Amino acid sequence: MKITRAGAVLVAAVAAVTLAACGSGFNSGGGKQESKKPLTVLIGSSGAAETTAVKQAVADWSKKSGIKATVQAASDLNQQLAQGFSSGKPADVFYLSTDALAGYASNGSIYAYGDKLANKDDFYPSLVKSFTYDGKLQCAPKDFSTLQLIINTDAWSKAGLTEADYPTTWDQLTAVAKKLTTGTQTGLVIGGEYARVGAFMTEAGGNLMNADSTKATADSAANLKALQYVQDNLKAGDFKYAADVGAGWGGEAFGKQLGAMTIEGNWITGSQQNDYPDVKYKVVPLPKGPAGAGTLQFTNCWGIAADSKNKSGAVDLVKALTSKSDQLAFSKAFGVMPSIQSAAGEWKKEFPNLAPFLEAASYAKGVPAAKGSADVVSDFNAQVAKLTTADPKTILSSTQKNLEALLK
Amino acid sequence: MTAATMPTRRSRGRSGRGITRGQAAAGWLFTAPVLVILGLFLLVPVLMALWVSVSDWTGRGSPISGDVHFIGAQNYGQVLWAGGLAEQDFGVALRNNLWYVLLVVPTQTIVALFLATMVNRRLLRLRGAFRTAYYFPSVTSSVAITVLWLFLFSTSGAINAVIGWFGVKGPNWFNDPDGIFHFGAQSGPRFLTGHTILGVSWWDWIGGPSVAMFAFVLLAVFTTSGTFMLLFLAALQNLSGDVEEAAMVDGANGRQRFFRVTLPQLKPTLFTVITLGLIGCWQVFDQIYTGTRGAPSKTTLTPAYLSYQAAFEGNQWGQGAAIAFILFAIIIIFTLIQRWVLAERAVSKRRMRWITDYQRTAARSGTGAAR
Repeated sequence: MKITRAGAVLVAAVAAVTLAACGSGFNSGGGKQESKKPLTVLIGSSGAAETTAVKQAVADWSKKSGIKATVQAASDLNQQLAQGFSSGKPADVFYLSTDALAGYASNGSIYAYGDKLANKDDFYPSLVKSFTYDGKLQCAPKDFSTLQLIINTDAWSKAGLTEADYPTTWDQLTAVAKKLTTGTQTGLVIGGEYARVGAFMTEAGGNLMNADSTKATADSAANLKALQYVQDNLKAGDFKYAADVGAGWGGEAFGKQLGAMTIEGNWITGSQQNDYPDVKYKVVPLPKGPAGAGTLQFTNCWGIAADSKNKSGAVDLVKALTSKSDQLAFSKAFGVMPSIQSAAGEWKKEFPNLAPFLEAASYAKGVPAAKGSADVVSDFNAQVAKLTTADPKTILSSTQKNLEALLK
Repeated sequence: MTAATMPTRRSRGRSGRGITRGQAAAGWLFTAPVLVILGLFLLVPVLMALWVSVSDWTGRGSPISGDVHFIGAQNYGQVLWAGGLAEQDFGVALRNNLWYVLLVVPTQTIVALFLATMVNRRLLRLRGAFRTAYYFPSVTSSVAITVLWLFLFSTSGAINAVIGWFGVKGPNWFNDPDGIFHFGAQSGPRFLTGHTILGVSWWDWIGGPSVAMFAFVLLAVFTTSGTFMLLFLAALQNLSGDVEEAAMVDGANGRQRFFRVTLPQLKPTLFTVITLGLIGCWQVFDQIYTGTRGAPSKTTLTPAYLSYQAAFEGNQWGQGAAIAFILFAIIIIFTLIQRWVLAERAVSKRRMRWITDYQRTAARSGTGAAR
């Protein structure tokens, strides 16, 4: 009987300790002085090159500041971020995408430190807009990418085309795509999704939402014109979606020479170099649409968690990571474009053949950033993948309805 | 312990009661670790998820803190009747998964039963080798099999090459969103496209799984048939040979012996297999997560994946939890239906009359009951 009672006490004690251990997740630990507490950096890396470069930059900063910092490459960034926020122990510094920003900003998960940045005005205005929520710059833009037209130069000359034929209007694009379409090769192969087709929408003067993501503009006449243009060319066979030629994305179709042209961002240089070094290509600006030049831009920022134990250290780290020298080092390592205007000159000197990507910064449009817009965009993608047979008007009006529902 | 022994035990002296009480305490002590573990890792999470599904938790901090409020059935409403994108997504996911279940469960059961009867034959050579071969896909990681499937069913993959031998151009499997029962038709008649259930038109409901989802159907049959074959095999080996021999003596042929003698005896196993199959099919997640993530055009979206997506990608934790509980309800309902269908029933009067009539005519014509 004695043993039993002791046992019961033991069980109770074990249970109490276990439960207490669980509960501690929601408390903040004491200890070290705030400014010296170690930091964790969570990144959604594109590969080994990016991870190494970020690790190097963070290690350099650690040495200088004396604050320990560890970099962790996430296998699923969104999921790991979500887990961190819900457990109350998020990573201190992390990559944050435009479409995730509104959700985390609205529930107070992230620390809006934008106004503490001395070089706030150096960031491209369109990037700053993308990360402004509730009138405040939430986080420092990390880097950005834009879409342009990539041309296979061998296929180009084989079709009897010269540099003078680089398309500058939609009609010209159709004409050259027709000429470049041969037995196994399609003129233009792009991913069947908003992130590529949307470029045509901006050239027509439209987009799914306005620049501040405060108004749904999906069912505009400009968007309709763009979708009809793409649809006509898909029907004619001069354009094809990457999935329809058996490729995972435009870059793969381009590298395998299933398409003579594609619309991709500056990240394409890396995959071409590694996977298809024999394919010669040139980057030219996308043709102007009815409303002039247009393209889409994509960007991430360095988010800082509101629950971080060392916010001042984190801000200091982000200042270093967005400095000119670090950003140019990142560009060299994995091909991104610096988010600050002062680095533009050196970047163009370093990568003259990629200049069109950077020049697009002045006219590129951002993707919708309203809370929940990612779901609407993926619904739009699901519909636009069937554009050949779908009705563009129906696609746009259903997207308009879904976007308006987000703003209620 | 019978009821008769109970009073005698109770009527024992003080010390006896003490021993029993000690035993009860020891029993609790020995089960306590499991109870604590189950409670902590099963009951508490389920209850918390239930709470999240009716709360406005945004995914920051503890869901049981003071900032989180009860909002009733709003999350369920968003998914079931609000008419927005969430409802439509759920409708699409439900449509996809329903077809998946309708195709996979019967097929895998029949294939498993067929394989089991084949490898159960005493005359079959290399029985062990066949059993291992059929069971192999089941023990391989589903992620590995999914990746294999992506290669096999790619546009220029092995499957399309084989189809090509017959002069047929294979489909673009994992990129083809067209419903297989639409037979290539792109738009349906007005009365089908004009009405919707859960934001999905009747036309899309009847369209069947997309070509991409159909590839997943084949994958599920491929991987799970081996497991269920094993269950059937175990059951078959438990059947006594006497009944089979008696049927043979009565003159039943192979077909009759299988459908009238063997299969009815397998009913309990059949129930297990179909129940496990139903549950597994409704919870399909890992293939979708590693394979297509809902693409093409959301035709491989399933409620389980949608729940994950809503919570982790969309930050709609309440909706994600709500979908999980709706899925739970669906599984329960399907299992109950299945239980009712497979329940042991007394032979109805009409059928009994038919049987006796048949026996009578058979006896009269002198051919025996089993022709």
